[in-house]
Amino acid sequence: MLPREQRLVNPASLSGQAAIVGAGTAAIGWETNQSVAEIMADAAHLALADAGLNMRDVDGLFAVTPYFWMPSVTLADQLGIQPRVTDSTNIGGASVVAHVGHAVRAIALGQCEVALIAYASTQRSDTGKLVTGADLLPYERPYGPLFPISGYAMVAQRHMHEFGTTRGQLAKVAVAASQWAALNPEALKPEPVSVDDVLASPLVSDPLRKLDICLVTNGGGAIVVTTRDRARKLSKPPIIVLGTGESHDHCYVSSMPSFTSSAAVVTGAAAFDMAGLGPADMDMAQIYDAFTIMVLLGLEDLGFCRKGEGGRMIDAGIGPGAGFPVNTSGGGLRYCHPGMFGIFLLVEAVRQLRNECGRRQVANARRALVHGFGGVLAGNATVILGRDERSR
Amino acid sequence: MSEGEEVPTRPVPDTRNAGARYWAAAANGVLLVPKCEECARTFWHPRPRCPHCGSDRVDWIASAGKGAIHTFTVVRQTSDPFFSTRLPYAVAMIDLDEGVRVMTNVVQTPLDALHIGMRVEVQFERASAGIGIPCFRASNVS
Repeated sequence: MLPREQRLVNPASLSGQAAIVGAGTAAIGWETNQSVAEIMADAAHLALADAGLNMRDVDGLFAVTPYFWMPSVTLADQLGIQPRVTDSTNIGGASVVAHVGHAVRAIALGQCEVALIAYASTQRSDTGKLVTGADLLPYERPYGPLFPISGYAMVAQRHMHEFGTTRGQLAKVAVAASQWAALNPEALKPEPVSVDDVLASPLVSDPLRKLDICLVTNGGGAIVVTTRDRARKLSKPPIIVLGTGESHDHCYVSSMPSFTSSAAVVTGAAAFDMAGLGPADMDMAQIYDAFTIMVLLGLEDLGFCRKGEGGRMIDAGIGPGAGFPVNTSGGGLRYCHPGMFGIFLLVEAVRQLRNECGRRQVANARRALVHGFGGVLAGNATVILGRDERSR
Repeated sequence: MSEGEEVPTRPVPDTRNAGARYWAAAANGVLLVPKCEECARTFWHPRPRCPHCGSDRVDWIASAGKGAIHTFTVVRQTSDPFFSTRLPYAVAMIDLDEGVRVMTNVVQTPLDALHIGMRVEVQFERASAGIGIPCFRASNVS
């Protein structure tokens, strides 16, 4: 990478240039009669209505879903628009988090002014029909690993071995998620669970049990990003994009450089550097939780605690009323999980920073970190969001 | 199993790639590991170019077939017809003594004896004509 002073644009100068102004979710549930394109379009219209903008304002389109081979093109067709910036980047569950960084760059360069980022899936209704996303090497397929469960199981196993992380600490991630979900009217599993419940649930791929693993649901979501100046003229408080980062250091489990850390080390550092902030400046984190181990490992890699101390941070509490709130929606474990959870991490961070979260609202929340994982710790993207510091 | 009922077979790897020789060697009881002649490093998984230095001067070395478990999991549920007959079964990453980490099944070893660091050695299963599948079992010697 070029030295900072030689770069065409200093990434830090992009911090605060763009803001999220709209967020929406659609068809979160167990059953639907809608198509993936219809759900994605519904979420898009809801996000624009939330922003007080019109579909005609959209000139940048970012979309991902396992269902279409060119998702932003499919979505533009469904919506009847012609974008000037189009992006279907797929790095798994982290995709839409990476799209935020792409949108900020396009907006800062003047290539588009209003960017729409959308996702949808009917994975629940299609269970047994299609789209597992399983990507195994010829050197893996003959051995029958569950994708991606067995990969994360081996991450958990190694983390427990190296750092003394306990089964109970993993269970506490699911317990905290259930406590948040109980406060979220959109959550599909609002029933609280205990550590004993998690440890009594069936083993799927040791050491991971059923309640360590995300839901399989339908659903879609969308957000709208625009310039900070335009954002300040809209009715809802703008949520400023302060930092972004993206990376991946493998695709396959067989290529993983480590079973106890991820490229979140790189993406977190990049996002904090751009924002000029650090982990201690965050009031909450939304970390992709398809499996309990991801939260623990993410907290370490993003710098909220040192490597190996994730278990102790979980012991200290990440649930409602705890010192550091994590996954305040209930996460993929208890809120919803239609294939890729990234968009719901962003929507929840926006709702929290706007003070819209009712019983699960984090008091005085000013800044949030969002981190997406894709594949087995493969695709990584981090976004740091904050309230508009200028009083309106 | 009644007559005419098909016995499910282990999923056969796609061999139309750099690994064709690897599977053929495994059918003859030899575990191969790719090694770059340019930078002298082994790597995994097999590719026609070295992922360390980019050279296409890639050759194979015969592994002694010994290593240690880096991490593992015991799979308890699956929809795969072959692996359904094997439940529960162990999937593991093995650090081979030649310096690469490979995925495998640990077989003929009590599941409750599995642990990280356990010494293992290769043993081959036949998948179909001309294709052998390297699996591992606990080494007799410590």
